[in-house]
Amino acid sequence: MAGAVVFFFAWLTVNTIDNLEKRGIASGFEFLNHPAGFGVPFSLIEYTEASPYRTVFILGVLNTLFVSAVGIVLATLLGFTLGVMRLSKNFLISRIAAVYLETFRNIPLLLQILFWYIGVLQLMPQQRSSIIFFENVFINNRGIFYPAMQAESGFMAVPIAFVIGILATIVLAKWVKRRREKTGQGFPTIWAGLGLIFGLPILAALVTGLPWTWSLPRLQGFGFKGGSVIIPEFLALLLALTIYTAAFIGEIVRAGIQAVSHGQTEAAHALGIKPSTTLRLVIIPQAMRIIIPPLISQYLNLVKNSSLAPAIGYPEMTQVWAGTVLNQSGQALECMAMVMGTYCLISLSISGVMNWYNSRVALVGR
Amino acid sequence: MSHTDYGETEAVFTPRPDLPPPASTVGLVGWVRSNLVPDWFNGAMTVLAIIALFMVIPPIINWTLLDAHFVGDSRKACKPNVQIIRDKVTTQGTMPDGSTIEVQATADRIVIPEGVTPNVRWERKMVEGVVRAKGREYAKVVVEKDVVIEGACWVFVGIRFDQFIYGFYPREERWRPTAVIGIGLLMIIYALTDGLPHRGRVAMFLLIPFPVIAFFMFSGGVFGMPHVDNAKWGGLVLTIIISSVAITGALPIGISLALGRRSQMPIIRWFCVLVIEFFRSVPMITILFMALVVLPLFLPAGTSFDQLLRVLIGVTLFVAAYTAEVVRGGLQALPKGQYEAANALGLGYWKMMRLIILPQALRIMIPAIVSLFIGIFKDTTLVQIVGLNDLLTMVQLAVTDAQWIGLSKEGYFFCGFVFFIFCFSMSRYSMYLERKLHTGH
Repeated sequence: MAGAVVFFFAWLTVNTIDNLEKRGIASGFEFLNHPAGFGVPFSLIEYTEASPYRTVFILGVLNTLFVSAVGIVLATLLGFTLGVMRLSKNFLISRIAAVYLETFRNIPLLLQILFWYIGVLQLMPQQRSSIIFFENVFINNRGIFYPAMQAESGFMAVPIAFVIGILATIVLAKWVKRRREKTGQGFPTIWAGLGLIFGLPILAALVTGLPWTWSLPRLQGFGFKGGSVIIPEFLALLLALTIYTAAFIGEIVRAGIQAVSHGQTEAAHALGIKPSTTLRLVIIPQAMRIIIPPLISQYLNLVKNSSLAPAIGYPEMTQVWAGTVLNQSGQALECMAMVMGTYCLISLSISGVMNWYNSRVALVGR
Repeated sequence: MSHTDYGETEAVFTPRPDLPPPASTVGLVGWVRSNLVPDWFNGAMTVLAIIALFMVIPPIINWTLLDAHFVGDSRKACKPNVQIIRDKVTTQGTMPDGSTIEVQATADRIVIPEGVTPNVRWERKMVEGVVRAKGREYAKVVVEKDVVIEGACWVFVGIRFDQFIYGFYPREERWRPTAVIGIGLLMIIYALTDGLPHRGRVAMFLLIPFPVIAFFMFSGGVFGMPHVDNAKWGGLVLTIIISSVAITGALPIGISLALGRRSQMPIIRWFCVLVIEFFRSVPMITILFMALVVLPLFLPAGTSFDQLLRVLIGVTLFVAAYTAEVVRGGLQALPKGQYEAANALGLGYWKMMRLIILPQALRIMIPAIVSLFIGIFKDTTLVQIVGLNDLLTMVQLAVTDAQWIGLSKEGYFFCGFVFFIFCFSMSRYSMYLERKLHTGH
């Protein structure tokens, strides 16, 4: 049995070497240093056509992570809203949420991506007749053009103040918790925290004298100059991923909240805890324990689903690496190994986080 | 009367009929009060919801039904309805010198008699025009715009319908896929209906001999049925083929992987864990790319390998990993006593699995397997990236046809509708099963 397996793999290896020789492809990762020679429409890092292939790979991974991260945040917000709406006592609201959940869960994601890209965003007006918001935001078939902030000296104070705000909020929350356990006194932690996190950067910006300038998009010749642009490929992928995943998250949230036994609510009410506090301190903490594991696997699905980008040409990992670079360089084995390896790595880290969380919140056996 | 006989102290208790519930808690009023406006916040939400529905639903109904075009045989049948409201307006004004001018205006042009009004200026803002001279207004014209009412062009879907369903399968042979899928569907329904005799045998027939028969029906070349190359298979039929083959193939592989994962032998266990986790952590599209570009490298040079078969192998392995996890869940859900009882009866591993464990586990797993199938059914759309003509690809080919350009919405709407019908009914069935299983214990 074991011998057969070894023989099988040996046979595969021999075939592969033979095939590579016949096609004149040198195996190995030497090609990573060759110049890529193609342009990409969207990049988070410095990239030119002369950049080597390894830069393309990093660019692809970053674009995958970027669209996934934004998608996860938006899908979570929308999904939780939908889940709560689905449980609303209000008949209309609950029905609307139900229709949303059933519709978008049951239509293939690829179809949704194509619909947003071809059916909506490409039908936007030409650049000359853009839809204009607030005089400086232009929407057309090339994307959304909006003013870009350009940092000047002293700008670093703002992000530093932001980080300080977050740290101060954590310290504050710990202090409030200690005090409440000792004296029973409450404290509006949420408002104070929000004030710290957003107030400090605003204050820093005012003190340093608003250290930035705006670069405004303006139509010049055949295209827009200045400002920043969200390309339609990104927008279509993001919209579809968000809307599709939110439908699943909504179901998970609904199931999670419903799974908290009704006795918990009744007991809390019997203790005289008011409904909003019951929700916050009794139901949500218990529901989260049920919600989080499937929620994280939805996040994982979202990351994996971002690989549908080749259908519309958003330059993320699969599109640039398993598509363009693979075809250009012919290094099929290496390219696929790198793409699959990276996805495995992302998946393993996300499931690692999930296992860590599970072990933290798991009910202690009694 | 008895009343007076017993005196005042011993009055007989005569229950009065119950009062009806307050009018505000029953009937339509009660329903509205408790479901739409229980408090001011919900009342506001209801109002917002109604406004949103009014903004969304009428346009959709107008587009899909009321303004849509259903009959015809070409693009010409789908000319948009144009409503022209006051195309041309003639109006009169008096000039400073007392003379009368007549101004004619259309949506984009105004005609003023020559020589009469040298200082007149024409201002046009959207569809309103004003004739002015030296700051004073002499004649005002308002020309309303053409309104183009666009409705869906279902003529397009109707003409392409056969292609959406059958792909490029030859017209006179289309009864073959129809028969296979129809009979298969009937057998699935039979096998899933409670209380019918020989359900298990029908299920076994579906899993083992039926795919072979189906293959020969599709491919032909036997019993006088002409051969149809699988490059011509397409449309909804191909979507159903890929997803059914994937789930049928994935069941045995997935069960083996799940059992292997619980094996006592470390090599087998680790191998299974590795395979399952690998396939679960990469996106399906990379598996398809693998099947397309890497698989040929592994095989002896010159072996030509059918495109559809490659995709089927990739998708089946991918689904098998997920099936394995479903099976693992089913196996874990069985109480340990079942294993112990089987061992106590002296059953060996294979007999225990075949007679005791798997029949029970598989029954618990049916809802999860149906959900998995819904997932595969939707994921089948990805095969367009490797060049197979599934339903979505056929729709895309149709909407890029020069004759029907600009009808992508209709195509995508139809495609989405088909997928919705399939997935929604399957998910309802899976929910029904879950409820049925739930009440059992």
